[in-house]
Amino acid sequence: MPPTTAVETSVAASQRNTIVNDIVIQVATTNGSGSQSSNNVLLRAIFQMGIPVNGKNLFPSNIQGMPTWFTIRANKDGWAARRETIDFLVAMNPESAAEDLRELRPGGVAVLSSELKPYLNRSDIHAHIVPFGDLVAQVCPEVKVRKLVANMVYVGVVGCLLSIEIEEIQKAIARQFRSKPKAADLNRNAAMLGYNWAAEHLHNGHEFTLERMHRADGQILIEGNAATALGFLYGGVTVVGWYPITPSSSVCENLIALLGKHRHDPATGKATYAVLQAEDEIAAIGFVLGAGWAGARAVTATSGPGLSLMAEFAGLSYFAEVPAVIADIQRMGPSTGLPTRTCQGDILKAHLLSHGDCRHILLIPGSVEECYEFAMESLDLAERFQTLVLFMSDLDLGMNHWVSAPFQPPAKDMDRGKVLTAEDLARLKKFERYRDVDGDGIPYRTLPGAKHPLAAYFTRGTGHTAAATYSEKPEDWKNNLDRLTRKFDTAREAVPQPVLEKDSRSDIGVIAYGSSDPAVRESLAQLQAEAGVDAAYLRIRALPVNGMVREFLASRRVTYLVEQNRDAQMASVLRMEYPELSAKIRSVLHYDGLPITARVVTDAILESENRK
Amino acid sequence: MSATLTEPTSATASAPSATQVTPSVNRLGLTQAAYRGAPSTLCSGCGHDAITHQIIRATFELGIEPHRVAKLSGIGCSSKTTAYFLGQSHGFNGVHGRMAAVATGVNLANRTLINIGVSGDGDTASIGLGQFLHMLRRNVQICYVIENNGVYGLTKGQFSATADKGSVQKKGAENEMTPIDCCALAIEMGCEYVGRSFSGDMKQLSALLKGALSHRGAALIDVVSPCISFNNHEGSTKSYKFAKDHEEPLHDIGFVPAFEAFTAEYAEGATHTINLPDGARIVLKKVHRDYDPTDKTKALELLSKARDERLFLTGLLYHASGQTSMVEQKNLVDDPLATLPQSRVRPPPEVLAAIMDSLK
Ligand SMILES: Cc1ncc(C[n+]2csc(CCOP(=O)(O)OP(=O)(O)O)c2C)c(N)n1
Ligand code: SF4
Ligand SMILES: [Mg+2]
Repeated sequence: MPPTTAVETSVAASQRNTIVNDIVIQVATTNGSGSQSSNNVLLRAIFQMGIPVNGKNLFPSNIQGMPTWFTIRANKDGWAARRETIDFLVAMNPESAAEDLRELRPGGVAVLSSELKPYLNRSDIHAHIVPFGDLVAQVCPEVKVRKLVANMVYVGVVGCLLSIEIEEIQKAIARQFRSKPKAADLNRNAAMLGYNWAAEHLHNGHEFTLERMHRADGQILIEGNAATALGFLYGGVTVVGWYPITPSSSVCENLIALLGKHRHDPATGKATYAVLQAEDEIAAIGFVLGAGWAGARAVTATSGPGLSLMAEFAGLSYFAEVPAVIADIQRMGPSTGLPTRTCQGDILKAHLLSHGDCRHILLIPGSVEECYEFAMESLDLAERFQTLVLFMSDLDLGMNHWVSAPFQPPAKDMDRGKVLTAEDLARLKKFERYRDVDGDGIPYRTLPGAKHPLAAYFTRGTGHTAAATYSEKPEDWKNNLDRLTRKFDTAREAVPQPVLEKDSRSDIGVIAYGSSDPAVRESLAQLQAEAGVDAAYLRIRALPVNGMVREFLASRRVTYLVEQNRDAQMASVLRMEYPELSAKIRSVLHYDGLPITARVVTDAILESENRK
Repeated sequence: MSATLTEPTSATASAPSATQVTPSVNRLGLTQAAYRGAPSTLCSGCGHDAITHQIIRATFELGIEPHRVAKLSGIGCSSKTTAYFLGQSHGFNGVHGRMAAVATGVNLANRTLINIGVSGDGDTASIGLGQFLHMLRRNVQICYVIENNGVYGLTKGQFSATADKGSVQKKGAENEMTPIDCCALAIEMGCEYVGRSFSGDMKQLSALLKGALSHRGAALIDVVSPCISFNNHEGSTKSYKFAKDHEEPLHDIGFVPAFEAFTAEYAEGATHTINLPDGARIVLKKVHRDYDPTDKTKALELLSKARDERLFLTGLLYHASGQTSMVEQKNLVDDPLATLPQSRVRPPPEVLAAIMDSLK
């Protein structure tokens, strides 16, 4: 029940000391209300002031009318992980207002739409009631779009209350509405109005402020899925098959836009790529295998439910040795689960996807920059190893906004792997598709269309000899599987290597991967500052792992393996690899659907170390 | 009973019919041996082997360059047969019911390949129906052959989705469900070359195959191909005897390749002449009915009637032209995407720099 009386409060000025460039802002709206552009403007305006930011969109699996939150963390030290405490609230949604207000930290700031006044029942916060409805009516004669434009009014109000430079807000609006000058004007006026109204009517008595700095100068702000699409573009992708599913759709949507713009033959206008929306994920991966077999660089993007459907083809790719790339943008499962929440719950499944003895290469980006690099790399590795490569991102990395150094053009040429042409065959006079000629487990292949009598071979999921003929002989089967193991072992050194992010003599180690990285980095600083606990940190970037991981585990008393799933999936993989080191691994697990925080990691480690 | 029917024998697979005069080398100077594959491991007398043989003959007689062919299949006895023809062509025996998607990917990756897909009635109409229909509506470049025996041969004789109502399984069970007619569905999906044949009708099948290989876009031939081991008994509607007794060709069908002159002899008595995109022609001559294969509504009506009255009508059921193929819809460059050099698929660094600037 909302309280019937509202209390406008202010905390005594004497209690105040200013907190500069360290704030978590939460905007609570309803989805489908058009708040996305306003939140982007707010985020960008702060970013343009040189302040590192991270923007997370917490949205429901629904198109319109359900509560949605956008969280901006601006942090001068560059901490980008989610933080539990909310410092500043913009409350626009009656449905969630009571809870939104409850979650605001003591001393925090709340900007409330006037109709939410009845919900205000705290005296330990700075509350500002803003008549958004009346204000927007002043700048927006068109009743239909008022609700939308009201969102830009709060941008102005927040800007004023936090000293965001109005010029940066204007710039961000111009950018957001680049192609719609009329909307740009309307929104500029709305933001201006909010800004001026707040300057005139609101008493800025709180402790938070933002001011220009230079840490984010020259950096970019991008979502992981957009970075992934760029990686595929620069990786020279030629065939894309997909079936829409959150949170992977924007990989393909971004890719479609990029390919449309940059991949048409200048002379003829014809496309040097093909994107095909499939009827389901089985077909999408089927396109990829067909295209990969015929020599194209082919990818598909999906999430958990789609990955399950792709399982049979994944085994065929592994066993028949057909290049393929799946970008799995993980979401919370099992089943439909929480489709708009994040997790790292597909690691084990992806690694072993399909039936029989089957193990796949996984690339696990820990930043948007690695999304770009690893997407590119996945195409090289798929062709080099003639197998399925899974690119394992997640919703947090993929759909949220991250600050990054600008991406660099590819440092090396595309690796097309061991492909023999008709000319090669004329010279070699011999070709056996599955013969391990080089001792690395990777055979040579030819492409359909190669004009040489020796070129053709028969690709099958059934037992085969080195010459690709059918065989049910036990020794042929075993030899082939053993060669595939050899190939997998070769991959250990070829995939992105683990990174020793923080070296230390400490007997405590931390291992993490993917989007847990920002929280772990921040946690290491917390551990040091709060309890003097020092720890080394190794970040895994791919499977299979190699001796570096073994060495890291072996040389420490204990290693905390941080992951965002219930079943300690990466820990299971490492225990399979190094059973003798099993007891040294302790898991720190987070699986409520929200991105992991530094606090979760810190508390778990301190408790385990009896330092709490 | 039709005049064009040739008696099936268990030997049809391996030996060309003695009555057929085939030149020993084709226009490429290749012998028929160059179009053979590994020896068949199917049951002796299996209808599928006869179809394999007609594929060998058709590709040989058309003088198709083996290296330009991609052989695609799913899983089943029928799908195995891609190993038994065109040994000098790349082949991909994929997973059950999903050849359509693989073929789609191959077509996108290399538009210059001639795709020959072989599938079973289980592979296409049961597990693979969805993909099959989507492949047709995309108009993927493929000559798609269904070797239709009404059962799952490879898993020992269970009914497939094309089993006719009232058809009886070897162990006595009767199918009570409506059969799926892949040809009718194909016409609905906009497929522009739809034929039905019988593995024992060599002349007709050969002409239909050649036409399909000359067609632009998806071409479907549904071939009743009896399973000697599990569906050749009394009471089966897909047995040799039933097919022989009931086949009613809609026309006598002839094929004139582009490289052969179209003589008056061909034209004589023709009710329809169909021009194919590569310059070849299909010549249809009346048998009993006066059938116009370019009338979609009539074709569907006739197939519906055939299902109700259990008629086994064969021939070119439907032909049209004008639909764009998938690669045309996608406006692909003329060269295969598969082998485009890096310079054509990796944008220059300036493009990346500009994108980076826009994100600052
Ligand atoms: C996913 C999957 N399910 C089941 C099977 C088992 N299976 C193999 S072939 C086949 C049926 C083949 O029937 P059809 O396509 O009609 O070919 P035929 O053997 O009759 O020529 C089945 C069910 C399989 N290989 N894969
Ligand atoms: S089981 Fe039937 S379909 Fe399979 S090879 Fe034997 S006869 Fe042919
Ligand atoms: Mg069958």
